[in-house]
Amino acid sequence: MSESIQRQNKDLQALNQDYASKYGFHDPVDYFHKGAKGLSHEVVEMISRMKKEPSWMAEKRHEALDIFYSKPMPNWGNNDLLGEIDFDNIYYFMKPIEQQQDNWDDVPEYIKKTFDRLGIPEAEKNFLGGVSAQYESEVVYHSLREDLAKQGIIFLDMDSGLREHEELVHEYFGSVIPSADNKFAALNTAVWSGGSFLYVPPGIDVKVPLQAYFRINAENMGQFERTLIIADKGSRLHYIEGCTAPVYSTNSLHTAVVELRAHEDSYIRYTTIQNWSRNIFNLVTKRASAYKNATIEWVDGNLGSRLTMKYPCVNLLEEGAKGEILSVAFAGIDQHQDAGAKMIHAAPNTSSRITSKSISKDNGRASYRGLIKIHKGAENCKVSVECDALLIGDDARSDTYPTMEVDNDQVSVEHEARVSKVAEEQLFYLTSRGLSEDDARLLIVNGFMEPFTKELPLEYAVELNRLIQLEMEGSIG
Amino acid sequence: MSDKSPLLEFNDVHVEVEGKEVVKGVSLKIYPGETHAIMGPNGSGKSSLSNALMGHPLYTITKGEAFIKGESILKMKADERSRAGLFLAFQYPLAVPGVSVANFLRAALKSHRGEEADMSDYRGLLKKEMAALSIDPSFATRYLNDGFSGGEKKRIEILQMSILNPAMALLDETDSGLDIDALKTVSEGINRYQDETKGLLLVTHYQRLLNYVKPQHVHVMAAGKFVKSGGPELALKLEDEGYDWIVNNSAVGA
Repeated sequence: MSESIQRQNKDLQALNQDYASKYGFHDPVDYFHKGAKGLSHEVVEMISRMKKEPSWMAEKRHEALDIFYSKPMPNWGNNDLLGEIDFDNIYYFMKPIEQQQDNWDDVPEYIKKTFDRLGIPEAEKNFLGGVSAQYESEVVYHSLREDLAKQGIIFLDMDSGLREHEELVHEYFGSVIPSADNKFAALNTAVWSGGSFLYVPPGIDVKVPLQAYFRINAENMGQFERTLIIADKGSRLHYIEGCTAPVYSTNSLHTAVVELRAHEDSYIRYTTIQNWSRNIFNLVTKRASAYKNATIEWVDGNLGSRLTMKYPCVNLLEEGAKGEILSVAFAGIDQHQDAGAKMIHAAPNTSSRITSKSISKDNGRASYRGLIKIHKGAENCKVSVECDALLIGDDARSDTYPTMEVDNDQVSVEHEARVSKVAEEQLFYLTSRGLSEDDARLLIVNGFMEPFTKELPLEYAVELNRLIQLEMEGSIG
Repeated sequence: MSDKSPLLEFNDVHVEVEGKEVVKGVSLKIYPGETHAIMGPNGSGKSSLSNALMGHPLYTITKGEAFIKGESILKMKADERSRAGLFLAFQYPLAVPGVSVANFLRAALKSHRGEEADMSDYRGLLKKEMAALSIDPSFATRYLNDGFSGGEKKRIEILQMSILNPAMALLDETDSGLDIDALKTVSEGINRYQDETKGLLLVTHYQRLLNYVKPQHVHVMAAGKFVKSGGPELALKLEDEGYDWIVNNSAVGA
């Protein structure tokens, strides 16, 4: 028995390489371009000039910056934490290398090493159809499998997308999330850099996932990637986004905008596993428009960060459109995960389902903020919302802010919300079978997450379980 | 038998739940190969005693001693008691959503052995034990006790016992909620588990389980105390005459 305890201790030690050593490392970098801190029209001008953009994009940026200046900070979230953001103490544009590569061997050694440690080239080899790796403001590596390129699939970083497919970008950029949508969408529009541009032609089924990985390396960095995904009629795709950052004592900002357009009969699944360090403010706008009989699925996993505010949305614009949002959030010490979902039913016979699961541990706080809007004339809609919160410890906190605006009576709406504690009885049951309290608690938490985890590709499910294990360690329940 | 040491021994055990004493000084020794039964009316303290022995945090042993294989367990947590060889089949097993029966048992087995069981060995073991208890193979991937009927939960408890193969098993009202066929299957499972190296303590209100699993010793518990001990014939007498005669008489003798 003592041997088994020893072994367990060893297992624990092996795991005890926490975020700091696993993802929290940073590279000393000689940047190709590193501007000054702070935000201004000059900074916007500089970004636009360096990217040699068409003038309409430059105008869009300047206009967006004015919107950013004019809009007050949102006051309905965690005002204390939001107030910590010092917009003058952030680098808005850092270009690590002069040119993006399509061969890992040509990526500078220190950057390649970073992505090696994060397992990206390995995953690319094994099961991905295409990879984009962004480091600070720009994508440093990009690839798409040749057979997919031949089918007419366009998968580029957003900057290249704008250069090579200006007419498509012009048509769709900001069409789902206009600059004026919210303060942070405006900020992103003003200083965006990197992100993915993905277009799948009619009828093409992309059977393998495409992935983008976002890495913040520098302290006080602002990462503002911009992603636009268009699924043309009858096409299908799965896009995966991952993110990490080093551990610093001061804060960095991640403010992305992600727009999805799913045309008639198409299918988009967008999976996110974010695993930010605890000094990242993660304020992201994600929205999709689904047309006739199209399906959008947001699978959204939120770990880490100081404050996350993210509410993926689906606009169900034409008959038969379906939206599904499945999200988990894990709020540990000093963290606030303010996450949720929005479904806008603007056409009859549309359906949506929201499943939100959150875990709060120690003094962590998880909030669910949701909006269901059913427009007049959007008859025979089906809506189901399920919120499940798990609390670990007496100081953990969970709140639910659901909003429903239903403008007609021909709809079916189901809403369920549950808050549970990791109960002493449940722990006793599992420990009475020999599991240590920590193992038992982890098993309960993994079980709670199972409806989410089982939607992930196996490699990501394994990784997520490991991340949860790291988060759970030293839990004092 | 007295040359062997007891698998389970407790002396003058008192148990409190939420400040109320529910077990008021009971003692027992169970040697390898022995099957004992504790019988008693509802509220007599039988389940509280089982839970306290297993280490339930709400059931406190306030006085007395308890040993597994000679080792004092009072300072051990539930998982340590389990790894020391004690098992409790619960009267009302809890559901653990999202955790499959197979994964849970594999984790439990790992905690006992100190290492991961070989996957194919484990699958074989699980399959065999499930078949023996007439548990449909689909239960391996179902979430532990989640949506299971009362009878299914009891079978899964006995499955856990078969897989973990403890030295000393306490079965708390394992017969309740079982129809006659299930009772037979479960009893066969219990009998397969029991051999000359194992100890078994059946805690039950009714004697019907004892038709299939034969105890050598029967103890009657009432108001937190053992009021009478005897052989299997005692169980039959309780079946015929109920508990009143013994409970009413015990007030004086105790």
